[in-house]
Amino acid sequence: MIHTLTMPKWGLSMTEGRIDIWLKQPGDRVEKGEAVLDVETDKISSSVEAPFSGVLRRVLALSDETLPVGALLGVVVEGEASDAEIDAVIEGFQAGFVSNAAEAETAGPSAQKVEVGGRLLRYLDLGEGGTPLVLVHGFGGDLNNWLFNQPALAAERRVIALDLPGHGESGKTLRSGEAAELSEAVLDLLDHLQLDRVHLAGHSMGGLVALTVAQQAPARVVSLTLIASAGLGADINGDYLQGFADANNRNALKPQLVQLFSDPALVTRQMLEDMLKFKRLEGVDQALRQLNGALFDGGRQKVDVRHVVGRQPSLVIWGSDDAIIPANHAQGLEAQVEILPGQGHMVQLEAAEQVNQLMLAFLKRH
Amino acid sequence: MARKISYQQAINEALAQEMRRDQSVFIIGQDVSGGTGSPGEQDAWGGVLGVTKGLYPEFPERVLDAPLSEVGYVGMAVGAATRGMRPVCELMFVDFIGCCLDQLLNQAAKFRYMFGGKTTTPLVIRAMYGAGLRAAAQHSQMLTSMWTHIPGLKVVCPATPYDAKGMLIQAIRDNDPVIFLEHKMLYSLQGEVPEELYTVPFGEANFVREGRDVTLVTYGRMVHIALEAAANLARQGIDCEVLDLRTTSPLDEDSILESVEKTGRLVVIDESNPRCSIATDISALVAQRAFAALRAPIEMVTAPHTPVPFSDALEDLYIPDAAKIEAAVLKIADKRNAA
Repeated sequence: MIHTLTMPKWGLSMTEGRIDIWLKQPGDRVEKGEAVLDVETDKISSSVEAPFSGVLRRVLALSDETLPVGALLGVVVEGEASDAEIDAVIEGFQAGFVSNAAEAETAGPSAQKVEVGGRLLRYLDLGEGGTPLVLVHGFGGDLNNWLFNQPALAAERRVIALDLPGHGESGKTLRSGEAAELSEAVLDLLDHLQLDRVHLAGHSMGGLVALTVAQQAPARVVSLTLIASAGLGADINGDYLQGFADANNRNALKPQLVQLFSDPALVTRQMLEDMLKFKRLEGVDQALRQLNGALFDGGRQKVDVRHVVGRQPSLVIWGSDDAIIPANHAQGLEAQVEILPGQGHMVQLEAAEQVNQLMLAFLKRH
Repeated sequence: MARKISYQQAINEALAQEMRRDQSVFIIGQDVSGGTGSPGEQDAWGGVLGVTKGLYPEFPERVLDAPLSEVGYVGMAVGAATRGMRPVCELMFVDFIGCCLDQLLNQAAKFRYMFGGKTTTPLVIRAMYGAGLRAAAQHSQMLTSMWTHIPGLKVVCPATPYDAKGMLIQAIRDNDPVIFLEHKMLYSLQGEVPEELYTVPFGEANFVREGRDVTLVTYGRMVHIALEAAANLARQGIDCEVLDLRTTSPLDEDSILESVEKTGRLVVIDESNPRCSIATDISALVAQRAFAALRAPIEMVTAPHTPVPFSDALEDLYIPDAAKIEAAVLKIADKRNAA
């Protein structure tokens, strides 16, 4: 079986990627899910994982080369294949491959917007079948925080990622800024999509939102995945929250965002500019301050919903070096707890593959 | 995927949303509606290239066609700004500065200073600039250097639809006179623009491309030409950083110096004439403040010191293009390789 490895599309706006480095060389064995090369986009860099096992027989993209989404990067062969057969596959692929940036941008799924419960909500709906999974991002984030997770998770079920009120392209006006307001928005979206029972996954403040949904509507939550979650203890990096809310230019924002990652090099100027684009929108400043005040006033978490964990099967994932919410909040929870060594707060982005494997295995069991 | 609209639509949307939000915002200029007061069609022009089209029907009291007298209506806008209004005054082509220079140079730009801060002049002057439209010597100039030279004025040159909307909203809300310059060749450029209101602050340059080897500093339409050159140079193994100044006054000196300190090489690209220009100004800044970081001479790619020609062939030759930028970069990149 001859497989083609192509430039992935991460998130809604990726049109091309630059090859950083090949982690495997021609002749190397690759396992399904293993990182084969690193690719850099204008938003973020990450590894391209093999969607199949086999031997890397051809490398068709050089380091530093920039290629469009869908372009051929390499060939992985499962079992036997002659060079001539491989050449034929490559030739066939290249003959059929047409790409331009405009196409790559419009191709693929796009987010939708809906007005529910008096709020405008944006969501991205991928995959089908199974008990659906809903992904809830954290403070200052948006549905793109799941860009490395949602497509992989959607291979096995319907997966919906939303922008919480005050975030992304959802409406920016908050009423109280309490966790219950955010969880109501999630429940409104479930009603709109006529989803009775779902798996919920939340990152950081999104974990608190997921827990609040589970508290309000336990029957609708099949399982909980809590990643670097709020709501499980008092500690939180108040300087980060304040600094993030206050930052209105690149130089003020950078020292805040680097705290989120274990690799500070991930915080590119493009990432900073994208975050500033969000923060400049009318209403965002107010929304972030409201949330910060209602949920994390003075650097202490005001809401503790630890007791909710355990009512549903729960998976708790944390980076051991999380600088925003300490991983020791995972201790003593009635859940499958996975601490990923060396990882930071944005563990689902930085260790996407590990998080995806843990979640896929967990969801399969429940 | 965020919605995409053109540079021209982004400007129109910023005006409409600000006029809805704030009753003191009004538009004045020649043919900004077109035909008002005449028995014929109303909103017949919507600006000479249609940028303000559709605003007159929504705000008939606040979109004012002016007579062909810049000295009159620009002066009127300056006065209105001092009395609590927020005029957006369209000069049509920036080349017409000569017809109203005293109103801006000696009046609007000086009020805050000469009245000891007791008055503000929240005025926006919108004007088209730049070559490429075969509009000849009196309708194609840059003149950014002239405006930037005058203390008391802010000078804004957005390169993208996103910046055009956010910076025009910032200009309208700003309490000082702002010269808002729109390149005619960018009007049809499409880009992602949020539907909501937002402001892009002045004096913060944008790193539109990160690179290690050479810093390309530019603004306005030249940002796109510089990016084209950078893409071509990347294929030759030269990694250019492209810095879009966004505003020439205030000038984000820190970002320029930060980038040059990293790359050690600078090419300044400016569509204006070369004497006493943004290009020479930035070259001087870097020579003075980051000399030790420089590993090669500073290069400038600018228009020649001539009027904008009317001949198509000559106009094309006049405007800096990617090939000229690439040649300038190769000149100083070679020096590194030889060293």
